[in-house]
Amino acid sequence: MELLVFVMIGVLFAVGTYLLLSRSILRIIVALMIFSHGAHLLILTMAGLGGKNPPLYHLGDGDFMDPLPQALILTAIVIGFGITAFLVVLGYRTYKVHKTDDLEKLRGSADE
Amino acid sequence: MSSVHLAILAPFIVAAIIPMIYPYTKKLHTGWFVLFVPASLFIFFISFLPMTTSGETMLLTLPWVPSLGIHFNLYVDGLSLLFALLITGIGTLVVFYSIYYLNKKSERLHHFYIYLLLFMGAMLGVVLSDNLITLYIFWELTSLASALLISYWFHRKESIYGAQKSMLITVFGGFAMLAGFCLLYAITGTFSLREIIDQLDVVVSSPLFIATMLLILLGAFTKSAQFPFHIWLPDAMAAPTPVSAYLHSATMVKAGIYLVARLTPIYGGSPEWFWILTIFGLLTLTWGSISAVRQKDLKGILAYSTVSQLGLVMCLLGVGSAPLLDPEFSIAVITTAVFHLISHATFKGSLFMTAGIIDHETGTRDIRKLGGLMAIMPITFTISAVGLAAMAGLPPFNGFISKEMFFTSMIKATERSFFGLGDVGLLLPIIAWIASIFTFLYCAVMFFKTFTGQFEPSSFKKPVHEAPLGLLISPLILGSLVIIFGLFPNVLANTIVKPTVESVLPTLPPGQISVMLSLWHGVNTELMMTIGVVCLGSVLFIFMKKWQNLALYKRDRDPLHWFYDQGLIGLTATSQAITRTQMTGRLRDYFAYMIIFILALLAWTFSYTNAWSFRIDHMTDIPWFMYIAALIFIAATIALPFIKQRLTLIIFAGIIGYMMALFFALFRAPDLVLTQLLVETVTVVLLVLAFRHLPEITKEIRSKKTKVFHIAISAAVGLFVTVIAISAYSFGTEIGLRSISDYYIENVYELGGGTNMVNVILVDFRGLDTMLEVLVLGIVALAVIMLVKHRFKGGEDV
Repeated sequence: MELLVFVMIGVLFAVGTYLLLSRSILRIIVALMIFSHGAHLLILTMAGLGGKNPPLYHLGDGDFMDPLPQALILTAIVIGFGITAFLVVLGYRTYKVHKTDDLEKLRGSADE
Repeated sequence: MSSVHLAILAPFIVAAIIPMIYPYTKKLHTGWFVLFVPASLFIFFISFLPMTTSGETMLLTLPWVPSLGIHFNLYVDGLSLLFALLITGIGTLVVFYSIYYLNKKSERLHHFYIYLLLFMGAMLGVVLSDNLITLYIFWELTSLASALLISYWFHRKESIYGAQKSMLITVFGGFAMLAGFCLLYAITGTFSLREIIDQLDVVVSSPLFIATMLLILLGAFTKSAQFPFHIWLPDAMAAPTPVSAYLHSATMVKAGIYLVARLTPIYGGSPEWFWILTIFGLLTLTWGSISAVRQKDLKGILAYSTVSQLGLVMCLLGVGSAPLLDPEFSIAVITTAVFHLISHATFKGSLFMTAGIIDHETGTRDIRKLGGLMAIMPITFTISAVGLAAMAGLPPFNGFISKEMFFTSMIKATERSFFGLGDVGLLLPIIAWIASIFTFLYCAVMFFKTFTGQFEPSSFKKPVHEAPLGLLISPLILGSLVIIFGLFPNVLANTIVKPTVESVLPTLPPGQISVMLSLWHGVNTELMMTIGVVCLGSVLFIFMKKWQNLALYKRDRDPLHWFYDQGLIGLTATSQAITRTQMTGRLRDYFAYMIIFILALLAWTFSYTNAWSFRIDHMTDIPWFMYIAALIFIAATIALPFIKQRLTLIIFAGIIGYMMALFFALFRAPDLVLTQLLVETVTVVLLVLAFRHLPEITKEIRSKKTKVFHIAISAAVGLFVTVIAISAYSFGTEIGLRSISDYYIENVYELGGGTNMVNVILVDFRGLDTMLEVLVLGIVALAVIMLVKHRFKGGEDV
């Protein structure tokens, strides 16, 4: 199963990279979301997907999923959310001030 | 701290005091306060003469950074004493001269004397230092002080240009020299010149020997204006004349000579050193003397003549650098170099001062305007005539002696056979002889164009008259020294020249060195050569009008300046062009740079360490529904780049997020499922909220090439992440990496008092992460508030 997930992660990263190389701020924000999905899946899968039980002590007989990556991902999800929220508002403000979300038009300044 | 240390620091201390006293002493010329420094230092250094004459030396230690082997150690021997006397002696005369030369009302005298004292102290430090790092520091200080003095009239364009040029060239050489010193340290483990000479066999047998030699020579050649680095010296003539007389003829330009002489005990004896010095010396000698004829400006002529004479000394130091192969010959040649060094300092100093006087009294230094000054400025005329005759090598002045000795050395060199000298040795006296003809020629030009001919009062802005006595005293003293050293050369022989030769050639037993100088050697080849120089030079001068219009002589700029100027322009243009192509201002270009760099680095590391690993037998089985989920997930992901509407994009992003939650559920991570669902919902809501205000997504306009390029990068990133993940995973299972989670699983109830392992880890085992994560959210919330609420009115709202 890990191999399949690794392929999925590869697709996520490839699409994320492609979106990152675009001009629209919205696409770039989505690209970062895709990247973080890829990273989360990667953390989870690298620990192995072999466990039979969810990491709840009272349920199991010992064969649990590794709880540590799950804790790490939980932290990462929240931080990723914070960053995304900030970027969304930043993109919104950029549009309000510059009347465009096209990075091509946002580059450079007069005193270059 | 010894008295010699204090002597070096004295100019710096006085320089620090000058700005304090300057505002209160405007009635008196600041130069008078400064004058006592070089004068007393000169007397102080004279007191060392008996010591060096008897062949003794002195090492004075003062630790500075002992842990790095850097000490402020001073070494007094014949060579350093000669230079110290030149620096302080000519320094005294120059300060005296400048008192009358610079107007106390219209000039910023405190600046001038601070720079001059800074230079003097630095120069004393260069010649007296035993430690290479200390020497280097003082060396760069002289470059700095020189640039400050050249740009003294900083409102003039040529001053700034000259200062920048001299700074760039000498500091370039200085850095090379520092590298050479560091290599010497790497070889010997010490910065002390004495100790390096003691480990001579280690240095000579080192593979870095040639590298240190070339690097140090680069420093010496740039400082001493050797071909092709001489181009800064003519432009340094933008400095006030006392500065030109002091720095650019008598002292600073001889720092390179000093360094070469000082290092002769180390490098002398290697053929590379011999040939580099000889060839570049002769080249500089010839090129300088030929270029000097082209100049129309008195100081320009003197600058090129300085270049030429420095080449002469450098060539002599090269020819005489192999004392062990032929002691007698080396002694004679080095004696010549030392004597010419002294001669040159005296006559060039006086010539610069007289050129300054002519400039001061007539308002011009252009030889096309000057003429007929002989009767009007008789004293200046006399001093100039003496100086020029000495420079041209005419009897009975000291220049004659050094020129005869120079010819003798060159002729003797043809009889020697070491270093393959025999084959090409005959060229040495011939080139030297040709260079002397040109030397004679420019001396004649200076003399006749300035002082003879018709005097035209209309071509001068002010009434021309003889200079005041104060201006004349310093050149008079130097001029009389020219005559005294010419008539009685043995005044110097045992007191100064012999100890200097001894310190340049310390490997020879002291008893072997004896110095005899005399004005008249009898009728010999050298005399015939001098007569030939005079005759041919006169002929060339008389027919000057005929050949003056040759292409080479039409412009008075040295063609080598072109390379410097174009090089500087090219450097700026190239760096600008590189920056312009590289810094496009497009975010996606920068992303592309970073991604390509990371990919290349990873690919190289993986293939270099052969870290690929593709074992999939440890992996778990795939349930059938997983294929469907994966297929949907991949399809939704790949669809993203094709979406044109913003709402569709947000919806698809949401689908992928919810699919993530599904996977978390499949992989038995209930807390992640909850969080992912919640966060995804909030994110989608936020996106919809914010982008309600935004236009449709900008249409991606990419050229086909860019598109292919971007797809290639993206595919490479995806492939790489997959490959690395598989490799890392199969490596981990292969060597049986064990998780530390067993500890958490065992102790979650006993220690944490909970059954949900993920939550216990988050708030109990690893609670700090959670606390900071909360902080992140808090900061984001504040930042969002700032972004939305806070606006600058009128100012830059970006």
